[in-house]
Amino acid sequence: MKRELKTAIGILLACIVFFGALSALTRLAAPKYHDTLIDGHLTGEYYDEKTDHDVLFVGDCEVYENFSPVTLYNEYGVTSYIRGGAQQLVWHSYYFLKDALRAETPKVVVFNVLSLRYGEPQSEAYNRLALDGMRWGAAKVGAIKASMTGGEDFMSYVFPLLRYHDRITALTAEDFEYWFKKGDPVSFKGYMMHTGVEPAAETPQEIYEPNLPEQSFAWLEKIAALCEENGIALVLIKSPSIYPEWHPEWDAEIAAFAKAHGVRYDNMITENDAIGIDMQTDTYDQGQHLNVYGAEKLSRWFGKVLKEAYGLKDHRGEAAYDADYAALTERYEAEKQRQLSEENGA
Amino acid sequence: MLFTSWAFLLFLAVLVPVYFLVPKRIQWIVLLLFNAVFVCAAGVLGAVFMVVTIGTVYAASRAIDALYSRQRETLAAIKETHTKEERKQTRLRFEKRRRLVLIACLAVNFGILFVLKYGAMIGRFSAALFGTRAFGQDLALTMGISFYTFSTVGYLLDVYRETIPAEKNPLKLALFTSFFPLLVQGPITRFETVGRALLEPHSFDGQRFLSAGLRIAWGYWKKLIVADRLLVAVKALCARPDVYRGDFILVEMLLYAACLYADFTGGVDITIGVGELLGVRIEENFLRPYFSKSISEYWRRWHITLGEWFKRYVYYPLSVSKPMRALSKGTRKLGAGVSRRVPVYLATLLVWALTGAWHGSRPTFLVWGLLNGAVILISEELKPLYARFHKRSPRLTASAFYRGFTVIRTVLLLSSLRILDCYGTIKEAFSSFFSMFTTWNWGAVFRGGIQSLGLSYTDYAIAGLGVIAMFALSMTQRKGAIRLRIRKRGTVFSVCMLLVLIGTILIFGRYGFGFDASQFIYNRF
Repeated sequence: MKRELKTAIGILLACIVFFGALSALTRLAAPKYHDTLIDGHLTGEYYDEKTDHDVLFVGDCEVYENFSPVTLYNEYGVTSYIRGGAQQLVWHSYYFLKDALRAETPKVVVFNVLSLRYGEPQSEAYNRLALDGMRWGAAKVGAIKASMTGGEDFMSYVFPLLRYHDRITALTAEDFEYWFKKGDPVSFKGYMMHTGVEPAAETPQEIYEPNLPEQSFAWLEKIAALCEENGIALVLIKSPSIYPEWHPEWDAEIAAFAKAHGVRYDNMITENDAIGIDMQTDTYDQGQHLNVYGAEKLSRWFGKVLKEAYGLKDHRGEAAYDADYAALTERYEAEKQRQLSEENGA
Repeated sequence: MLFTSWAFLLFLAVLVPVYFLVPKRIQWIVLLLFNAVFVCAAGVLGAVFMVVTIGTVYAASRAIDALYSRQRETLAAIKETHTKEERKQTRLRFEKRRRLVLIACLAVNFGILFVLKYGAMIGRFSAALFGTRAFGQDLALTMGISFYTFSTVGYLLDVYRETIPAEKNPLKLALFTSFFPLLVQGPITRFETVGRALLEPHSFDGQRFLSAGLRIAWGYWKKLIVADRLLVAVKALCARPDVYRGDFILVEMLLYAACLYADFTGGVDITIGVGELLGVRIEENFLRPYFSKSISEYWRRWHITLGEWFKRYVYYPLSVSKPMRALSKGTRKLGAGVSRRVPVYLATLLVWALTGAWHGSRPTFLVWGLLNGAVILISEELKPLYARFHKRSPRLTASAFYRGFTVIRTVLLLSSLRILDCYGTIKEAFSSFFSMFTTWNWGAVFRGGIQSLGLSYTDYAIAGLGVIAMFALSMTQRKGAIRLRIRKRGTVFSVCMLLVLIGTILIFGRYGFGFDASQFIYNRF
């Protein structure tokens, strides 16, 4: 009996060491998304939020690079967060919204419609960027199942070592630095800042399907239904950009959807003048995304629209929000200066 | 269902507890059901072919068995009333009927195998010659058919020779034919060993379970860390015979030798381990083959079950067959040596031609088989010369240096023959092989050449360490089975070793997204 007990304890200890080592190696091998591929850091940063938000943006790079929650608060007292990611597809947005609803119920959800052009999973790498940082729950399970491309398997999301084991032989200083350390946020309530300026240039003509995929609309229906169930106003937007192109047929389809569902749709491309966007100075990548100057202009314009249309409360003067946004603004301005200094070669 | 798939691990995770929880008398039925699931998961067509094999072999074995019984009864009945010659005629009549049944059954089963293996090739020929398509042209080799056909036909031949009685229950024959771990890449098994073991009741044994786990983990280790890694480079080398020539061919030969060993032995380790999990002992298929000192010794230690099958069911019967005896007699006037050699030479070359044909439909396989046979026959002829050399230099030939030389010589020789396995045509294979002697480009190999094969230096280092580990283990195995020695050091140590194996597979294995989950090389044969 004593011998059997000793054996059992020995096996238990061996298993504890084994699973401990595997867990440590999993953390080491997983991408840290801190110094490189930082878009992957966005998803996880949402869970560090200390205050809730009246406006939740969901969508792709056209939201997380084009809207500044700092400006929205400082100008209008509107609290907001951007749950966006690189090539965030419509079902990612749906599940991010569902995930967010576990913690808070925003008054307005803003969804950028560009991602509707994709009705099928596109890339494993972007799936990982979007989903690695997501907290486990029914929403994450749904998001993974909806997103997996050929060759992916669910198990590798549950046990990331199965996916990232080959990184063990290609580790960088970043992996060791953030092995057990979380690291500072890379965004400003989901906004990714770029101070550079690269004026818009001629864009390639693309061949396109005149109709957006049916699957995309099925997911958009789900987003609309989720908002309705939770008493949230859904706003569809097409963020200002020159490329990828936004085609009139697609615009008409979205407008029809918005009309049918009684939701607001703003195609901001047509509002460039009103917003004051100048694609010679307000973009950092030739008109694909806005730089910080463009994002601030767009946020000033859109903040007013939201406030007027939905009567959003001005939270300025409330201690918790003021403290939160004061710290954020300080970090935001410091980052702006850092990037400007870097651009100027300082 | 790949051994290296989650589906397979899930399949095992369900099967093992169910197998040991059900009453022992129905264990074999449960296993048969799981086999059916495994076979059907690989495709309905494969399942149909397997059912045809089971059905025809069962019917034929029962018919042969019945003919034996009737022959005995008839001979007993006419013992007193008929002459010796009449009894002989009666026996011959039964023998003829049995042979007819046997030939019909062999024709069906080898016919299926032939169509599946050679359909595409025949299709190409008929299209080229007559512009028509051949039946079977679009059929792919179904899972395990080369292995289970040989195992099941072996059973039929044993019944035909009255070595074993015919199994009365067709489901029991179905269990033997469809035993799932054997369908991936064998080994070729015998009904009186594995078939009977499958039918026996088995109890769960923790120690056996652990031992089986070690064997399975070691199989995965070889497959995922060494074989699948090296296969990337081997495929790259084989794909461009116009680019990779000269010294790259030597690199290819050595990488392929290591890759094939890790792949095939790894798969068989998993197979034997899975059998052991269920309490079923499966024959070993390897005996440290790369330590062989000659090609014929190598073939006694590599894919043992295939070699034995051919020996038992083709070589021996053929050597003593009437035509061979007649041929031997007919060549007596050329001398006793010639008369003795002719049947041996013919039987050897035929067996090796069949072995080559078993591996694939490409003419390269046939040439590979015949060259193996030729090398073995030449070695036999040179035996007296070797004996004289051994007699004259006893100290040299007894030295470790000489033993090492013979081992390396054998590995290089068999690797040279295997070049034929790597290329689509005989011309490509020979041209690539001989470029080793006409193109001297070590510089290119080491000036980034080997890095152009899809592997990094880290990959080569990992594979190299893997090969060293396999070599060290083989050396250790000479003193006895390594698992036994691990087990002797206690359960905790065994568990630790198992966890180390699993951990290193998880970290250094080539699997998951971005890697092609490759089937075992021998699965395509």
